[in-house]
Amino acid sequence: MNAGLVLLVVVALAAIGFVIGRSRAISTAGGDARGLHSLPGYYGQTVFLFTAVPALLVMIGWLLFQPLYIDGQISDMISDTDIAEGSSRSLVMSDVRRVASGLNTALEKGIVSETQIASMTTDNTDVRAMLGSAGIALASAVEQNILTVAKEYRQIKGTLGLLMAGVVILIAAAGFLVSVKRIHPDYRARNVSERAIKALLIVASLVAILTTVGIIFSLVFETVRFFGLYPAKDFFFSLTWNPQFSGGSDLGIFPLLWGTLYVSFVALLFAVPIGLMVAIYLSEYASNRVRSIVKPMVEVLAGIPTIVYGLFALITVGPLLRDYFAQPLGLGTSSSSVLTAGLVMGIMLIPFVSSLSDDVINAVPQSMRDGSYGLGATQSETVKQVILPAALPGVVGAILLAASRAIGETMIVVMGAGAAAKLSLNPFEAMTTITVKIVSQLTGDTEFESPETLVAFALGLSLFVITLGLNVLALYIVRKYREQYE
Amino acid sequence: MFDTQTHKDNAVESKATKIECRDCQVYYGDTHAIKDVNVDIEDKTVTAFIGPSGCGKSTFLRCLNRMNDTIDIARVMGSFKLDGEEIYDKRVDPVQLRAKVGMVFQKPNPFPKSIYDNVAYGPRIHGLARNKADLDEIVEKSLRRGAIWDEVKDRLDAPGTGLSGGQQQRLCIARAVATEPEVLLMDEPCSALDPIATAQVEELIDELRQRYSVVIVTHSMQQAARVSQKTAFFHLGNLVEFGETGQIFTNPEDPRTESYITGRIG
Ligand SMILES: Nc1ncnc2c1ncn2[C@@H]1O[C@H](COP(=O)(O)OP(=O)(O)OP(=O)(O)O)[C@@H](O)[C@H]1O
Ligand SMILES: [Mg+2]
Repeated sequence: MNAGLVLLVVVALAAIGFVIGRSRAISTAGGDARGLHSLPGYYGQTVFLFTAVPALLVMIGWLLFQPLYIDGQISDMISDTDIAEGSSRSLVMSDVRRVASGLNTALEKGIVSETQIASMTTDNTDVRAMLGSAGIALASAVEQNILTVAKEYRQIKGTLGLLMAGVVILIAAAGFLVSVKRIHPDYRARNVSERAIKALLIVASLVAILTTVGIIFSLVFETVRFFGLYPAKDFFFSLTWNPQFSGGSDLGIFPLLWGTLYVSFVALLFAVPIGLMVAIYLSEYASNRVRSIVKPMVEVLAGIPTIVYGLFALITVGPLLRDYFAQPLGLGTSSSSVLTAGLVMGIMLIPFVSSLSDDVINAVPQSMRDGSYGLGATQSETVKQVILPAALPGVVGAILLAASRAIGETMIVVMGAGAAAKLSLNPFEAMTTITVKIVSQLTGDTEFESPETLVAFALGLSLFVITLGLNVLALYIVRKYREQYE
Repeated sequence: MFDTQTHKDNAVESKATKIECRDCQVYYGDTHAIKDVNVDIEDKTVTAFIGPSGCGKSTFLRCLNRMNDTIDIARVMGSFKLDGEEIYDKRVDPVQLRAKVGMVFQKPNPFPKSIYDNVAYGPRIHGLARNKADLDEIVEKSLRRGAIWDEVKDRLDAPGTGLSGGQQQRLCIARAVATEPEVLLMDEPCSALDPIATAQVEELIDELRQRYSVVIVTHSMQQAARVSQKTAFFHLGNLVEFGETGQIFTNPEDPRTESYITGRIG
């Protein structure tokens, strides 16, 4: 019996439970639903929950631990002599699993029968050819002991599967009976389902938190390995970034960090003022008709893939800046530059700033505007002195979101600013950022265990810490300058 | 019915017309909220607008300083003349108009700023103070006139939104008088005030009357009788009756007015 079928049975049982619980509630109240503590549907819900939830929890747990258990059992059956030279226990184990699932497929397709499998040996059957005809390709001929273990594996799995189905359905039935028994006009079914919903919401938020924790842990784990191979002092304080395939690399984060902050700063320098002005125009000055046309048009900018922005940077903005600014001013001859990437990224970020700011500005109550106009203030005075201060927390949030986007942006930087790690103040110089280097280090040919690859995780963690710091900073700013309106 | 003795000093004398309204109509989309209203607001006079909820008092009040301009669906028609000048004329700057015709709103709406900055807002944008000391003085005087100085003098830096509802209302009154408007429109300025604060605000209204004209919307008949010289009774968007306060309260011409002030409608 497979897991899907068990799930179906449990849910069906729970659904029946809902109907029965509901009607039982009505009948215990003598047919008059007003005599019940809660609406009849709530009684049905409690039966549904008690039937489905414990059973499904057990099933999930079972499915998580079953493979571990089986592997333990099977692993013991494989003797060291079964493991060929240059192979490993885990490879043999995966062979076993493959043969076992191949046998199942063959059985389903009617190529072999259960009794044939039981009596099957490598002497009387060419297992490899047989499985091949069932569509399972094996690299080499199957040895007898592997086949034996595989058959054992099938058996254990089958028994455990049946056992699980039995246990889970039993639990569901028990939950069903107990909860139906409990139905009574005074039973507070409404409160029970309220608690169940609360638990559901808590679980949902736990998923988000645990994912974050998981991401951090995996980063931290690899970073620690990196620092085992490469001194942390050099990583943080070395001013050069120069990875070598043959080892002896300089892996200082500083030039990358500088590039990241420089490009992001330039991008925000363009995006924040323009985005804010767009938002103010849209929410305070534009008529409804203009707004309904302009707002979606600005937001289209956010939907353009960053690679397209990258192309724009590469073939239009870069050469333009080089020919009209960098060369005449004698500041450089490269078409990839911090300014190119920053400018194009700034364009990309305008809708992030404008759209969110527009929303928060619109959320400032009309009575604030009335108050200001009523005192004889002009529109721009009202915006400057009443609306923007009131909307500040939201605006800071919008800018922060844009900043995180800028720091994490990769494509535009590769195509606009190049991939050379450099420390320079000249905005017409090519530079690169942390994200670009993470990609190039991880996709390189070097071995995974080398510091040249593992440095990507240290860089990733640093990026994470920077964005976290930015968030904390913004929170602080918002707390400090928040102006409340009721 | 009402103590007419108390306003015997509200002597009946005719004064210059400050705002002259003729054939005023206001539409909110298709809703006809104000119908054919003719009113003369006199200078150095307190005019009270009374009437049941939803009859259009606030709407009409907002016409007098063009606050209805900020509502997209509102359309105002008719003639409104301030000192003989049409206020809905294209050449009139509504911003300047609102500096002259100040307003206290029905719902207190302090800015999310400090108490001091709330009151100093108007004087600052209109450049009424020469220096900081001047501004301090204006703020203190306005807060005193708003009958809230004693409560807030130690926390002028606290946010205005942190005050109680009634304190906010008085702060908004102080904010409005700080710009020294020639006409002050007050939309239910005492709706959240206790009797003592109400008396202080009424005192302020009386004081303002010496120099300016005041229009006050109120649901309290006693208040209208106490502070106003002229009273206008609105009903379902119509101006039913307009005249001397004493006359309206003791001897109303229209049966609707009489039933409203004696508490039978509204
Ligand atoms: N912004 C608006 N949009 C649409 N209709 C409005 C708007 N403001 C007011 N109205 C309508 O205009 C009519 C008059 O409203 P108004 O606010 O002037 O009443 P009011 O006399 O001040 O009442 P209250 O004493 O309750 O304050 C009401 O029917 C109201 O529904
Ligand atoms: Mg009103």
